[in-house]
Amino acid sequence: MNALLDGLAALGRGAFAACRFAGALTLFALAGVSHLLRPPFHLRAFLRAFVEFAYFSLPVVALTAVFTGMVLALQSSTGLSRFSAESAMPNLVVLSITRELGPVLAGLMVAGRVGAAMAAEIGTMRVTDQIDALTTLSTNPMKYLVAPRLLAGLLALPLLVLVADILGVLGGFIIATVSLGFNRAIYLENTFNYMTTQDVVSGLTKAAVFGFVIALLGCYHGYRSRGGAQGVGAATTSAVVGASILILAFDYVLTELFFAR
Amino acid sequence: MSGATPKIRLRGLRKAFGAKQVLDGVDLDVPSGTSMVVIGGSGSGKSVLIKCILGLIEPDEGTIEIDGRDVMRLPRTERTALRAEIGMLFQNGALFDSLPVWENVAFGLMARRNVARGAARTHAEGVLAQVGLAASVGGLWPAELSGGMQKRVGLARAIAAQPAILFFDEPTTGLDPIMGAVIDGLIVDCVKRLGSTAVAITHDMASARRIGDAAAMLHGGRIVWSGPAARLMDSGNPLVDQFTHGRREGPIQMALRG
Ligand SMILES: Nc1ncnc2c1ncn2[C@@H]1O[C@H](COP(=O)(O)OP(=O)(O)O)[C@@H](O)[C@H]1O
Ligand SMILES: [Mg+2]
Repeated sequence: MNALLDGLAALGRGAFAACRFAGALTLFALAGVSHLLRPPFHLRAFLRAFVEFAYFSLPVVALTAVFTGMVLALQSSTGLSRFSAESAMPNLVVLSITRELGPVLAGLMVAGRVGAAMAAEIGTMRVTDQIDALTTLSTNPMKYLVAPRLLAGLLALPLLVLVADILGVLGGFIIATVSLGFNRAIYLENTFNYMTTQDVVSGLTKAAVFGFVIALLGCYHGYRSRGGAQGVGAATTSAVVGASILILAFDYVLTELFFAR
Repeated sequence: MSGATPKIRLRGLRKAFGAKQVLDGVDLDVPSGTSMVVIGGSGSGKSVLIKCILGLIEPDEGTIEIDGRDVMRLPRTERTALRAEIGMLFQNGALFDSLPVWENVAFGLMARRNVARGAARTHAEGVLAQVGLAASVGGLWPAELSGGMQKRVGLARAIAAQPAILFFDEPTTGLDPIMGAVIDGLIVDCVKRLGSTAVAITHDMASARRIGDAAAMLHGGRIVWSGPAARLMDSGNPLVDQFTHGRREGPIQMALRG
């Protein structure tokens, strides 16, 4: 009986903590977004965050996309050949990449790279009083540090995913034509004939949400970090883990919204 | 003098973190144009006190008046305007390490007024000269500077907007004695030139006597003594005496045991 009650109490505490986290995160996001709508705007801070987010993530995202496209082609060719349906392969590759694997894998890779870096940078600024210093210099840290990063995440990840879509399809194309003996023209024709605008748009929308989530978690955990280098390390871990889980959860929700009817 | 409104007036300031009562009813007056040093042991709440006055930490109770106006009751815009009147040198410098030195110094200026970057840099170089740094330092990054130079840059950033109030949190901690004396000299020069009211936190007695006109000691969350800085070494207060003379035996140790 007692064990049962303890278990229930632990469950309740967990649920309570989760709700509190969700509430705090939402308030933080609203505060950040509200600063995007009111001047002054910190254009330089935005550009720096955007370049950091988009440009420096390109190599990681590009490699991930190419290899994913290649593996996808290999796997689906062996799978589809059992049903003599190899001709569906170009279509399968492009759908998987644009709808699902492009945004999710790019999101997870960038969460590890950029989300961690944001949490570490803002966390270090917190524990070394730089955030307090901003306030004493008439600068709102939410406006200067958080808002530009949220906007950068929102805009940069769709761009990255667009690149990932192209490179992912290219990866599949290379494997199909070089080692599986597909005809190049027919492969490309099959790719583009069956691809719809909605496939790409849904993927890019996911990317915008994921990019925002990555920046949000990075900023949130950095902003609230305490207690020196150890606190910054913990903030970094929380940012990456939190963003990764939220990406997968939002992926499900958005897929429901887009495709289930 | 006694009738004039003090520049800063604190009454009954209390702040606890969890169960820990850090400030327990601080009363303090800092007359306009005075340099006040606040001494006290590590962890006695000196930084928390300054951060409360700056509005970085919300006190649990008590009032903070600047020029006779209750800061916490002011509307947000006026509070922001008041901030522009206060300069702060943080304990560890707190320089923005993602910005070059000149942008650190000109940061407040660029935030408040729409100044072109070229003009802001020229202004920053002028301020750097006031703390004895060459214009070329403006192009370096904070991480490339020695501890003494970082303090100078922090000082330059604090005085750049010519604030009416200046706070210094342990300006000489971590510096060798000569560099400490140099920084103290710069602080005294800057405060004199600007005619500012200053509050400096320190536990370096040499520094306290160089910077301060008036002094106060924070202990157990309260101001336990205040008087002229010249009287620090013979205040007649056993707490201050033990602290300024660095004695192991005395009331402070007993307070720790109790
Ligand atoms: N943001 C905070 N959260 C919790 N505790 C704090 C915080 N800031 C300061 N403290 C605690 O308050 C006490 C006084 O700190 P501080 O004012 O920095 O001391 P000092 O007199 O050395 O400057 C310390 O015990 C510190 O742990
Ligand atoms: Mg301190």
